[in-house]
Amino acid sequence: MSAASPLKETCELAVIGAGPAGLAAATLAAELGLATVLFDEQPGPGGQIYRSIAAPPLRERAILGADYWHGASLLAPFRASGADYRPATTVWSVSRGLEIGVSSGGVARLLQAKHVILATGALERPFPIAGWTLPGVMTAGAAQILLKSSGLIAEGKAVLAGTGPLLWLLAAQYLRAGGRIAALLDTTPRANWRDALPHLPGFLASPYFAKGRKLLAEVKRRVPVIRDVTALSAEGDGRLAAVAFRRAGGREERLAAGLLLLHQGVAPNVNLANSIGCAHAWDEAQLCFTPVVDGWGTSSVEGVAIAGDGAGIAGAAAAEHRGRLAALAAAVRLGRIAEVRRAREAAPHQSALKRAERGRAFLDALYRPAKGFRIPQGEVIVCRCEEVTARQISETVALGCSGPNQMKSFLRCGMGPCQGRLCGLTVSELIAEARGLSPADVGYYRLRPPVKPLTLAELAGLPRNPEAVAAVERG
Amino acid sequence: MFRRLPDASGDTVTLTVDGRAVTARAGDSVAAALLAAGILACRTTPVSGTARAPYCLMGVCFECLVAIDGRQNRQACLVAAAGGMVVETQQGKREVGR
Repeated sequence: MSAASPLKETCELAVIGAGPAGLAAATLAAELGLATVLFDEQPGPGGQIYRSIAAPPLRERAILGADYWHGASLLAPFRASGADYRPATTVWSVSRGLEIGVSSGGVARLLQAKHVILATGALERPFPIAGWTLPGVMTAGAAQILLKSSGLIAEGKAVLAGTGPLLWLLAAQYLRAGGRIAALLDTTPRANWRDALPHLPGFLASPYFAKGRKLLAEVKRRVPVIRDVTALSAEGDGRLAAVAFRRAGGREERLAAGLLLLHQGVAPNVNLANSIGCAHAWDEAQLCFTPVVDGWGTSSVEGVAIAGDGAGIAGAAAAEHRGRLAALAAAVRLGRIAEVRRAREAAPHQSALKRAERGRAFLDALYRPAKGFRIPQGEVIVCRCEEVTARQISETVALGCSGPNQMKSFLRCGMGPCQGRLCGLTVSELIAEARGLSPADVGYYRLRPPVKPLTLAELAGLPRNPEAVAAVERG
Repeated sequence: MFRRLPDASGDTVTLTVDGRAVTARAGDSVAAALLAAGILACRTTPVSGTARAPYCLMGVCFECLVAIDGRQNRQACLVAAAGGMVVETQQGKREVGR
């Protein structure tokens, strides 16, 4: 790391995100001799999947399971690699010229990189149901974070609802930790089995089969699982009191609940990549927008690569291998190694990646969320920040508003602090549905820096040279 | 609504929330500390004044906005709870200068 001037630090490679992809990328890049900085907004490494892995509060390893503890194997090599680690640092901007804006402890700084690897991972899909903004409704991931980082578990009974492997994993972890679950409301559409069947051979040959079967059995033994749930709502006055639901063709039922944990899959966290101008495409299998990248993670923007779930959902194991491939490509682009050496060193990571991706097509098809839970109606809040409902969005489309960016001007939806992270996919699908188009045609919010809020005071506090000051100040 | 597993390790830290002393563990985020103390709603929305509570705990939902040590609009899930911290729930939008 060197400071070319007091105004801006420089580095060769900036890696953004300290989950499995970012850790693996930064480690290998530093080992190859690249001056590497790893930024992450969390206080400790591991991203979300390996949250708190460096300082886990839980001593009983069986609770979280072996897949979690694997994350610890990434730490020592990273610390030994010589990469510069900047935790509790938010990246709010990456320009096309690879100038990176960061903020730490309320102070903003700029850094100039020659190459950037985005490893910002995934976030949970929005799950817009009536009452989802009530205190007492959280994501399954949030409950997992409380467990991993703080050893906290729901007191009294929790209701889990949705679809996807993470929901079952959380249920199992909760049971192992001594928690109680009132019910797991499974919203997996029955028809998904038919679509998943062609992918079954790959799944049976993957580690997911044995793990998944064991997990499901563990949970079903002790938790009432209610399948074919087609309608769901959270009820309460100021806070959650009950969960109402309906099974396919059934009458409405109600469960008293103080905590509702929702999950229907994960999607890439696209905000930074989108704001840089990286091309994205709609993935119909995973129902989300995904950056367009090649086998090395290279995006459509020169010098910007994307690794891990942020490049497309494939899981933690795949993320590590993609991080290493992106590091090798960075080393070639920065002239550190030749392509011949890259090809040789990449081979084991490419094989490992192929193995890690086996079985995912089956999971994607089986746990594809139902349309009714992706595209809400009526008074269900779509944009949580600006409190915009599905009905308002539909009515605005009827007025002629054709896409999400126009929608911002009409309704402010997508303009709140979350910058579309919790409403973007819903809005794109809602508009597409209303117009009879694919989300690919409708597009997604156009995001601009800063991708995380910062104050004018922080911006004004950026170091300036005398010329810059003289250009603006009078007298 | 959340209880601490007996297995969970970590030193105790004490902070104040709206003037009330709250005990947390080292390693908790401020959001986790609030939830552990039974404090669910942490703010009211600028648009309608409706109570909201942390939703994602990973920094993407922006529901857990509180004032920490005099500065508002801080994502409680991204700030590590520390002894002596002064936390205030936030009513509506951030005031300029706070």
